[in-house]
Amino acid sequence: MEITLYHILFLSTALFFIGIYGLFTRRNMITMLMAIELILNSVNINFVAFNKYLYPENLDGVFFVIFIIAIAAAEAAVAIAIIINLYRSHKTIDVESTEEMKF
Amino acid sequence: MNYSNYIAWIPLLPLAGFLILGLFGRNYLKNSSGIIATILLLASTVLSFFAAYNYFFIDGKIDGIYQSLKPVNYAWLKFTDTLSIDMGITLDPISVMMIVVVSFISLMVHIFSLGYMKGEERFSTYYSFLQLFTFSMLGLVLSSNLFQLYIFWELVGVSSFLLIGYYYDKPSAVAASKKAFIVTRFADLFFLIGILILGFTANTFDFNTLIQSLSAENSTIVAGSFLGTSIITWGLTLIFIGGAGKSAMFPLHIWLPDAMEGPTPVSALIHAATMVVAGVFLVARLFPVFAITDSGALEIVAYVGAFSALFAAIIACTQTDIKRVLAYSTMSQIGYMMFALGISNYGEDGAGYTAGMFHLFTHAFFKSCLFLCAGAVIHFIHSNEMKDMGGLRKYMPITNVAFLFACLAIAGAPPFAGFFSKESILHAAYESNMLIFIIALITSALTAFYVFRLYFSIFWNKEAHLHEIHHGEGTWTMKIPLIILGALSLLAGFIPFGNYVSSDGKIMHGHLDILFSITPVLLSVAGIAYAGYLYIKQTDRPQKIATAIGGIYTAAYKKFYIDEVYIFITEKIIFNLIGRPAAWIDKNIVDGFMNLIGNTTTKISNAIKGLQSGKVQGYALYFFGGVVGLILIFEYLWN
Repeated sequence: MEITLYHILFLSTALFFIGIYGLFTRRNMITMLMAIELILNSVNINFVAFNKYLYPENLDGVFFVIFIIAIAAAEAAVAIAIIINLYRSHKTIDVESTEEMKF
Repeated sequence: MNYSNYIAWIPLLPLAGFLILGLFGRNYLKNSSGIIATILLLASTVLSFFAAYNYFFIDGKIDGIYQSLKPVNYAWLKFTDTLSIDMGITLDPISVMMIVVVSFISLMVHIFSLGYMKGEERFSTYYSFLQLFTFSMLGLVLSSNLFQLYIFWELVGVSSFLLIGYYYDKPSAVAASKKAFIVTRFADLFFLIGILILGFTANTFDFNTLIQSLSAENSTIVAGSFLGTSIITWGLTLIFIGGAGKSAMFPLHIWLPDAMEGPTPVSALIHAATMVVAGVFLVARLFPVFAITDSGALEIVAYVGAFSALFAAIIACTQTDIKRVLAYSTMSQIGYMMFALGISNYGEDGAGYTAGMFHLFTHAFFKSCLFLCAGAVIHFIHSNEMKDMGGLRKYMPITNVAFLFACLAIAGAPPFAGFFSKESILHAAYESNMLIFIIALITSALTAFYVFRLYFSIFWNKEAHLHEIHHGEGTWTMKIPLIILGALSLLAGFIPFGNYVSSDGKIMHGHLDILFSITPVLLSVAGIAYAGYLYIKQTDRPQKIATAIGGIYTAAYKKFYIDEVYIFITEKIIFNLIGRPAAWIDKNIVDGFMNLIGNTTTKISNAIKGLQSGKVQGYALYFFGGVVGLILIFEYLWN
């Protein structure tokens, strides 16, 4: 069976919602960060797939993916730094226990 | 000689003095401030005399008519091509006469104050205020348009306020200064409306243009009418109300007696000789409009003036504070000037105009002389009350003579200054309005009575109980102005005033009729003699008379309860019927509306603040929900 665009889109959609589900249900910040990476990766897959199937003569989608990977790496570094600082002050990385920033 | 070279310095020198003394006086010029102010004013006075000499004797006349010159004019606020508010200087007979009077009296007061105010804590402040006043008053009389006059009008009001409240640690002085300011401001409100009406009707504020366009025979101005009276009459009446406030005409006179709380030289300068005649000056300035438009406004001026003259003279007979007697006397004399203008016509029959201006001129000298003498007496005896005085002629010979001269002048005894001016007023009244003439005659007799009551009570009567004579009559700086002003009270009347000042600039021949003068002079002599009979020795006659006429005496002594009427009107009527409802509306409706807005905002915020929970995943959910919602809207509901 040949793999069509629809298969790949199905995969990326599934990946996206797994990421969303992880983001909303996990209490551990590291896990939430990983969920965000899943969402980003589903977007990357979309870019590459559309590029390959619809405009094979262009490389725009691939370039975007490279940018997103770089930004995701930077974002992960920042997020982990925040999490480490949070751990130092709160002795936990549970997102439920950091509710000071409210009304 | 070109006036524009120096004329502006006449008001500007006192302004410079005000700035210098106001900024540096307290700290650096504490002892020299009096001298600095006096020298600046001396320069200004010399320039005034020079300008007056040039104007009256050299180049003011063209074809025998005094012209209205405008040597300085500077367009300040330009609204349209025709309508602008300028800052300028007008020279015409009355303004030139006024700058001479104002600067000269002010100079006398400056010199007198060198001795009188010596050792005061705020000596330099006092002089800076005097300079401010002189600047404003000179600016007022030189103004070339109504709005400029109004600005200076307010400035003299402010400097009067500052000087009345000079002894600001005395509650009565503070109350008096507030009273003076509020009453004159109240009148100035009407003045402003009047200015706007006249300016709107004539489409200009400039005096010359305004007079020309409003008083031309075949005027093209189409003035509407309001309540059956032409709009110009309304404007003129409103302007007269402003003038009446400043000139203490009934019923806006209540501030003047209280204004005597200020230092006595200030009373001499502001509340006797210069500022209070600003109202007369204003009517004289707009006189062609008043006279030629043939409106009822001039009649109002005449009757208000005549009534104030009589009213104040009656009160003056009963007061015991010597400065208050003089204050009511001032009011009475200003009433004279007012009705003299009021009964006058323009041009040939303008005898009243010339007489009123003449009286203004002579009154400035003898009244400031009276006040300065009163100042010297108060300085000597440390009291304002007649009962503390008596027999002072032995201790204060110069003051005695100067005071006597001024009293004779105000009583209208020939050949003192007041005789000439008062006779010309009476003559003008005799020829135009019998009722006012009779009022004026009675007032004239009363005037003679009350000033000589004052004179005899101070300088004759009983011996004052002087605890110790620790100083003499005063310094020479206090005596010199008294001598000069006393001499002028004798001499100022000999000036052929009609040659210089008249309503249309032509020569006005005064007629001094010996036969006519007999009645007023006899009445004055009778007043003097009666005052002598009652007060030259200490007797119980005045007391008996006061008891005999009982109610009238008490009413006059209480100033006919005008103050009480004002208090009743303000506190019972205005406060209760207008003030309190307005306060209620402000508190409940205006504030209530604002509170409603505030409270609603608070309630809504309280209701929705739970959304900001601090839970990061909650926020992410809102965001995601929002994105999904937007997608749904754009996908299915849009279009």
